Amino acid sequence: MGYTVAEKILLAHSDADHVEPGQVVMVRCDVVLANDVTGPIAFRQMEKMGTDKVFDRSKVVMVADHFAPAKDERSAILIKRLKDWSLEHGVAFYDQGRGGIEHTLIVQEGWVVPGSVIVGGDSHTCTHGALGAFSSGLGSTDIAFSLVFGEFWQAVPGTIQVTVSGEKGRFVTGKDVILTVIGQIGAGGGTDNVLEFVGPGVRALSIDERLAVSNLAVESGSETGIFPADETTAAYLDGRTDKPWEPVHSDPDASYARHIEVDFDRLEPLLAKPYNPENVVSVSEVAGTPIHQVVVGNCSNGTMTDLRQAAEMVKGKHVHERTRMIVVPATQKIYREALAEGLIDTLVEAGAAISTPTCGPCFGGHTGVLAPGENALSTINRNFKGRSGSPEASVYLGNAFVAGAAAVAGEIVDPAEVAS
Amino acid sequence: MKIGGKAVVVPGTNVDTDVLYPGIYLNIDDPELMKPYLFEGLDPALRDQLVGDTVLVVGENFGMGSSREHVPLAMKASGVRCVIGSSFARIFYRNCINLALPAVSCPAAAEAAKPGSQISIDAAAGKVSVDGKEFTAAPVPPFMLEMLERGGLIPWAQHKLAQA
Repeated sequence: MGYTVAEKILLAHSDADHVEPGQVVMVRCDVVLANDVTGPIAFRQMEKMGTDKVFDRSKVVMVADHFAPAKDERSAILIKRLKDWSLEHGVAFYDQGRGGIEHTLIVQEGWVVPGSVIVGGDSHTCTHGALGAFSSGLGSTDIAFSLVFGEFWQAVPGTIQVTVSGEKGRFVTGKDVILTVIGQIGAGGGTDNVLEFVGPGVRALSIDERLAVSNLAVESGSETGIFPADETTAAYLDGRTDKPWEPVHSDPDASYARHIEVDFDRLEPLLAKPYNPENVVSVSEVAGTPIHQVVVGNCSNGTMTDLRQAAEMVKGKHVHERTRMIVVPATQKIYREALAEGLIDTLVEAGAAISTPTCGPCFGGHTGVLAPGENALSTINRNFKGRSGSPEASVYLGNAFVAGAAAVAGEIVDPAEVAS
Repeated sequence: MKIGGKAVVVPGTNVDTDVLYPGIYLNIDDPELMKPYLFEGLDPALRDQLVGDTVLVVGENFGMGSSREHVPLAMKASGVRCVIGSSFARIFYRNCINLALPAVSCPAAAEAAKPGSQISIDAAAGKVSVDGKEFTAAPVPPFMLEMLERGGLIPWAQHKLAQA
């Protein structure tokens, strides 16, 4: 019996001579990632383990992104601890003004290559499957162990194969592909599995859009969402990384837990209603819902592709008086590129507030927290109760076309109506 | 390992880590200081029931969402000795195992438990007892069982370092 991509990568990163779903193996990691929330707790756990030694400082990345720029003194202390520890241990550290949101950042900076294993103290570490890596979100104690030993324990997951076909519609994006999957299998439907995306429709998805797809894999309970490397991946990595890599593909006789189909021909822009990403509906089903805040940004949809889509919707128009629009370029590099391309000017002219890269408004931390009774349409990944502020607020998750359109209309609307 | 305590029932399915421990309190890294925010977005009154050794009784896909270890850290610091339920989200489950907080899948026992029920579990034998009535739990895989018996990932790491 052949292997899936996930099984092949895990086999190559363990001492096992065979792997199968459910089997627990120790897996070597190529990158260990943490942030200002999960890093400091990992350092405490390392102290309890009785060691201060990192397995390989060239494989460790620390990013200040959650409470950065520090929203209060307690947050400032955590960011300082992350920075001091990183400098002391000689590991990569991306400070404010030099980095951005960890997942978009480490992809952009060439840390992630196909076939590699990425672990991160953040559930959205699943994002890195977009480049054909095996990536896993872990807690801080796991990260402490990975920092010391360069490995983590892993129950080999099964694989759910998602075949994407058809022609992508004008306002349909990768976000709609993954919302379809989450709506179909449910918030726990991917537990103990990874998603693997194949089929002719995958070619229509740029790396930016694949990042959004893989980013929300965890919202179905899946460990990651893997796009086996193709020409798009190779072109993206050309000149971006000096790490050697080989594409990894599943064997034709690999065994799958389940097969799912996503047909672009039948896909329209979607939204996930509060308070669970599995509550997926078409935009038209909830059209007319008033929107008080729009956020374009986050580790799922803060790329140049997303900023272009949002800017296209608001160009020459004004953000509705009922609504505030907050745009968060995911990295400093994206911010500069958006400036150079005139997107920031377009957005500001329309009345959008531009934020420095941060996770703040997504997890209700700072810079974009919702009041009771407010509705938000955000390009983020979670709409749990209280996720982005008050438990009495509501968050709808959608793509950047849908978000930009809602900013102009002040309510949920089909992007085609705003574009015409 | 055999442990037990008084049942505290957390209602609902798909209970996410944001309601169990809201994001605004993530800038706390000391487990003792996390305790006042456990269940804050779900039902803060659940905290008052955490007296002495307790066993949390939970529903399907419990702990979905974030990797925030604040949830099981605050639970442990508040006297939670075990979590029994239908199923657990992946990261929450492994965080529990790493902290030697058994997360045991036993839907029938979770169904039978009421607030205040006396619950004991024998993870190795795969047994859960609710007010004296015995239930068979899904077997805890050998690796996870060894992790629990060693006291979690920190003692595991200490042992590995001592061997090296």
